[in-house]
Amino acid sequence: MLPITTLHYLVVAAALFVLGVVGVLTRRNVVIILMSIELILNAVNLNLVAFSHMWGNLYGQVFSIFIVVDAAAEAAVGLGILIAFFRNKETINVDEIDLLKW
Amino acid sequence: MNPAINVGAAPLATPWFFYGLAAAAVVSGLLVITRRNAVHSALALIVTLLSVAGLYLMLYAPFVAGVQIIVYAGGIMVLFLFVIMLVNIERVAKERQFNRIWPVGLLASCALFALFVGAFIKGKSVLPQRMIQLPEAMNTQAIGGALYGEAGRMGLYTFAFEIASLLLLVAILGAVIMTKKKI
Amino acid sequence: MMQSFMSYLGSTVPPGNAGNQLWALIYVLIIFVAVSLTVMWLINWVERKALAHFQVRLGPMRVGPHGLLQPFADALKLMLKEDIIPDQADKAVFWFAPVIGLLASFTVYIVIPFGPSQAVSDMNIGILFMLGVSSLGVLGIVTAGWASNSHYPLMGALRSSAQMVSYEVAMGLAVVSAILMTSLNSTGTGTLSMIGIVEAQQQQGVWFLFKFFPLGVIAFVIFAIAMVAETNRAPFDLAEAESELTAGFHTEYSGLRWSLFMLAEYAAMMAVSSIAVTLWLGGWLRPFPNLLHGPAWEFIFSLFPGLSFAAFAAIAFIGTVRMPSDSFFKVQRIGLGIFGLTLAFTALLLLVIAFVGRGDDVNIAGRLREGIDYVFWFLLKVAIFMYLFFWYRATWPRYRFDQLMKIGWKVMLPISLGALIATAIVGVLVK
Repeated sequence: MLPITTLHYLVVAAALFVLGVVGVLTRRNVVIILMSIELILNAVNLNLVAFSHMWGNLYGQVFSIFIVVDAAAEAAVGLGILIAFFRNKETINVDEIDLLKW
Repeated sequence: MNPAINVGAAPLATPWFFYGLAAAAVVSGLLVITRRNAVHSALALIVTLLSVAGLYLMLYAPFVAGVQIIVYAGGIMVLFLFVIMLVNIERVAKERQFNRIWPVGLLASCALFALFVGAFIKGKSVLPQRMIQLPEAMNTQAIGGALYGEAGRMGLYTFAFEIASLLLLVAILGAVIMTKKKI
Repeated sequence: MMQSFMSYLGSTVPPGNAGNQLWALIYVLIIFVAVSLTVMWLINWVERKALAHFQVRLGPMRVGPHGLLQPFADALKLMLKEDIIPDQADKAVFWFAPVIGLLASFTVYIVIPFGPSQAVSDMNIGILFMLGVSSLGVLGIVTAGWASNSHYPLMGALRSSAQMVSYEVAMGLAVVSAILMTSLNSTGTGTLSMIGIVEAQQQQGVWFLFKFFPLGVIAFVIFAIAMVAETNRAPFDLAEAESELTAGFHTEYSGLRWSLFMLAEYAAMMAVSSIAVTLWLGGWLRPFPNLLHGPAWEFIFSLFPGLSFAAFAAIAFIGTVRMPSDSFFKVQRIGLGIFGLTLAFTALLLLVIAFVGRGDDVNIAGRLREGIDYVFWFLLKVAIFMYLFFWYRATWPRYRFDQLMKIGWKVMLPISLGALIATAIVGVLVK
């Protein structure tokens, strides 16, 4: 078998990224859209760590730690918004969350 | 400290582990976006996160793998499961789960993937031939040095670290206030 | 394969670090079998006997001599029970939930250091790995409660996971203040690896429990309380209390699936006890290594494993002698006698190794003696913690859920934060 190079990791990261984008674009359930966003962030992290391994320094790894922190904050706030919305409208369908003010 | 050494042959069975973990990550990612039940999606996402943590371990980044397991799989996914159980209503499970214009989304994403693969194939010569590998035994200490500073100097990322802590504080406050019933 | 087998003998690093997959696999199998057997037999029996004697009754006495075979009878019964799955339950998730809990509890044993080279792998992020993987146990509980499709399990699961997540914060902060103390050695760099933490205690000559008194003790007490809450044990076992929630998240689980949950819980108890022992109680180090040093004291301390097994054998023989002389008890008397003989044989073996391998640590007997000593002191300290778990269960009433959450966030978190800051300040001043 050919040895595993950085390119292999980049392809996996690209596949995860595209799967996340498909999830965001096509699903109607808000929670699953948020989970697809987490997939996208993970793909970016994998890319960064793969490049960090390739060049032999730590910049990619430290940046990916910050991205994980960011993803945690964003998931918390996004789910808070979802719960606040759910209390008002009783729906978690993005197609029905379409009014700026009601 | 000596930061990098040239890697010789990779450890035995590296391709097996890589293909296994990569397949697990991609298949679980597919399950995340296609399951009707949100709990199944969340469990598939946990499998994806753990596979990606395994890939980080293969890339000699143990600290990032540890952070991924603790924060992502052990914290964020628990949060997701809580919220799914809070907002799960029977009506959702019987509705249509993909929106009406899903072929357009799928086509656009496939075009994006083709763009990525094309960029990789064309740009393969830019990537260096040998992979430089950091010694894994001092990985945490090196990241600590980059984040907090060592030998009396401030680290490269200390300022960013402080801002990240402010970001987390803002997120905590925002989440708490938004979910209160009476502000 | 033979060459891979032989090349590891005499190494001073764990097999994971030495790159030897065969020995890593052997260690994993030994640990898995030993942990399962210990949990199923020893811990179950000691817990039932200890609780019984606390409550002025005898506990299991019939199945084996003094109930020694009771856990096997329980395991057999649970395996033969009918496997009931609720009708509307999510079958795949219902099946998968105990597996998640079991995986999370057992993966932790990879990094537990029984000795300076007696671990499966000494990861650079040892303690981080342990905290992270034990936080995956929460997922097992949440999915179990959800998959049962019934409100008692769901309430129990949500309460239990809220409790575990809250006490994880205090646990993590207490662990960090112990890690801070590892950086006060000569090189000035701390370490997250479990073996490195114990070696830091060895090098600084003091268990972290007694370092910067009382800061080490405060961090240790916070961790000791948080680990009880983390494993859903009394007095924090509201989620699985029979009187409150009809057994909480594992209400709908019967037979072998329930026993998997119990196995995961006891394995998690041993795992967090091992963390406490490694971080604060000096891991595999024997008591007073600096005060009572020299070959004579080394020899005396190396007799402890053999002598403790001899004490157990003596107790078993006393029990044999004191059996009632009824014909019914003849089988039990013989059984207890055989058990006592096995213990005595083990004691003899350990004493022989201690005698033959005294003084040196180069040849086979010496290295064997050292390895046995390390594992013995580690397991003795872990056993003390396990006995404390049983003592808590027998003595204290359980907390109400709001009291539990109040303690977790309003008492433990500020105290552990304060201890962390104080440890950091004292550490900088001392340097």
